[in-house]
Amino acid sequence: MDIHEYQAKEVLSNFGVTVPPGALAYSPEQAAYRARELGGDKWIVKAQVHAGGRGKAGGVKLCNSEAEIYEATENLFGKKLVTHQTGPEGKGIYRVYVEGAVPIAREIYLGFVLDRSSQRVMIVASSEGGMEIEEISAERPESIVRSTVEPAVGLQDFQAREIAFALGIEPALTQQMVRTLKGCYQAFSELDATMVEINPLVVTSDNRVIALDAKMTFDDNALFRHPQIAELRDKSQEDPREARAADRGLSYVGLEGNIGCIVNGAGLAMATMDTIKLAGGEPANFLDIGGGATPERVAKAFRLVMSDSNVQAVLVNIFAGINRCDWVAEGVVQALKEVQVDVPVVVRLAGTNVEEGQKILAQSGLPLIRASSLMEAAERAVGAWKNDLDQNTRVRAVK
Amino acid sequence: MSILLDRESRVIVQGITGKIARFHTKDMIEYGTNVVGGVVPGKGGETVEGVPVFNTVKEAVEATGANASLVFVPPPFAADSIMEAADAGIKYCVCITDGIPAQDMIRVKRYMYRYPKDKRMILTGPNCAGTISPGKALLGIMPGHIYLPGTVGIIGRSGTLGYEAAAQLKELGLGVSTSVGIGGDPINGSSFKDILEWFEKDPETEVIAMIGEIGGPQEAEAAEYIRDHVTKPVVAYVAGLTAPKGRTMGHAGAIISAFGESASEKVEILSAAGVTVAENPAVIGETIASVMKKNAA
Repeated sequence: MDIHEYQAKEVLSNFGVTVPPGALAYSPEQAAYRARELGGDKWIVKAQVHAGGRGKAGGVKLCNSEAEIYEATENLFGKKLVTHQTGPEGKGIYRVYVEGAVPIAREIYLGFVLDRSSQRVMIVASSEGGMEIEEISAERPESIVRSTVEPAVGLQDFQAREIAFALGIEPALTQQMVRTLKGCYQAFSELDATMVEINPLVVTSDNRVIALDAKMTFDDNALFRHPQIAELRDKSQEDPREARAADRGLSYVGLEGNIGCIVNGAGLAMATMDTIKLAGGEPANFLDIGGGATPERVAKAFRLVMSDSNVQAVLVNIFAGINRCDWVAEGVVQALKEVQVDVPVVVRLAGTNVEEGQKILAQSGLPLIRASSLMEAAERAVGAWKNDLDQNTRVRAVK
Repeated sequence: MSILLDRESRVIVQGITGKIARFHTKDMIEYGTNVVGGVVPGKGGETVEGVPVFNTVKEAVEATGANASLVFVPPPFAADSIMEAADAGIKYCVCITDGIPAQDMIRVKRYMYRYPKDKRMILTGPNCAGTISPGKALLGIMPGHIYLPGTVGIIGRSGTLGYEAAAQLKELGLGVSTSVGIGGDPINGSSFKDILEWFEKDPETEVIAMIGEIGGPQEAEAAEYIRDHVTKPVVAYVAGLTAPKGRTMGHAGAIISAFGESASEKVEILSAAGVTVAENPAVIGETIASVMKKNAA
């Protein structure tokens, strides 16, 4: 789960990381008022969306007066911010964060990630702050410092000092760097984060180490033990279909294509999408309905897939292992009686009792297209979709 | 021979009194697995499917001589159960549980490393379908009847995609020495490389099939290991060619977040290491069959 910058800054400041004075606003009036409260004569207005690259996309404005803040904020509210991380549809701006500007002497990149090779938390830092880490790795790889944390004892002072010296931080600021690094690690490990990124971490001209930006992602599997973090979830930043799927215990990712997929198991779901692509089509979604393909889950899945108006054919691919195909087939039939589906539906069942399952589908009287192999299923789904397009009608093959 | 699991394995089920665990315990016993007991704290003295339940893994090991364990414990308590198994002297543990916090798994791995390698428990999973040595024993939730006994060693991150591969092999009359699910989580007990080492040493395994997916470095690490240390032919399929970058595809570990983690990059890395890559999931069986034919010739 992602949280907003202002929330991440609050979390990190509780662990001893210094952040600039700032305040949240839900309207231009409130933003101008917040600036007056903060004082000073230069402020940064920042759109709060769950994505990086906000600066380049016009979501961050430097303002010199309350009038400028009002104007900048008015232009942001209600808009969709499109950054390289949001996809073309962008993310809605409903909150802005107003911060007092700080005098920047140098910018540093600081990230904490779960490193899957060492199976530990890894610190990634670079003297080239302000750039994206992907750009830094491509252009200035020698500037990157890495350090992994021994999980039994946590981040040690000497490791933090090593990083500070490697980045060329002035010796007088080492203690501030150590405090910042240890604070981030502590927040990461105590709150079950999967990513903490401060880009940039700045050294100011008056020698303070301050987190100018902050991003945190949390482990969904650990939210049960951090209710205060779970509360920070902002559904306005999520794809509505994905959020609805998650609430129903299904795993869904919306894509650009038009062949809807309903599959049991994540690996098989990806493999099904790949096969559709090879057969000349484009998948509309990833959807894993989980191991047990109960009628309720299949019905939920159909509702979800059909809520995407791009979907022009549906491919159901279920490998019944512990379940039996006849039982899954009954589920599919029942779901199609409950849910209005006006596009061709291809069903491929495999595994236990496959013949009985096919018989149930055939005898259901429903206009289903049946397939026995994965390739055949994909080809039929793509064929049904193309056929549908050609005739510009809702043709449903009956077999 | 087979790897990790055979008829001699003495199995306990941790969390045996849960509904799903009971179901699969019955299934495993019917398959021929030597299930000798179960562990649920506070339920010692009960009986499930004819086997005794103990309060602790240590008690279970003492009373039954168990050396393998299957963990069905819910996510908040699963890491603790794995460590309990490691401490009680269990040699091989499969964890089925999906949804264990990643940092719990970091702690589990760290804990397991307190033991010298020859005493260290082998863990596969979590978030996997388990391990089967067809005709011998089943430690997991997969349908036993789709696997024929044979000489193909399978290592896979996904459950149902692994079934798909086994079913394709069965269709061609080919069987499996052992199939090992390493699971879909970002921090897992054993990697492809760890299991490749076992299959390389197993005289019964003739060819090794790796079923990977997007996300993480383990396919690339395996490629390097295969190039330098594996003499047996290896076939691979990598799912997620159409998966977008930066999105989690069902499995917590199936997310492209760095270079080398996309399906096409993994395919390239594996091919360069001499692995035969199945172009699409519908031909995994055929590809393995043709490699076996070539190997025999």
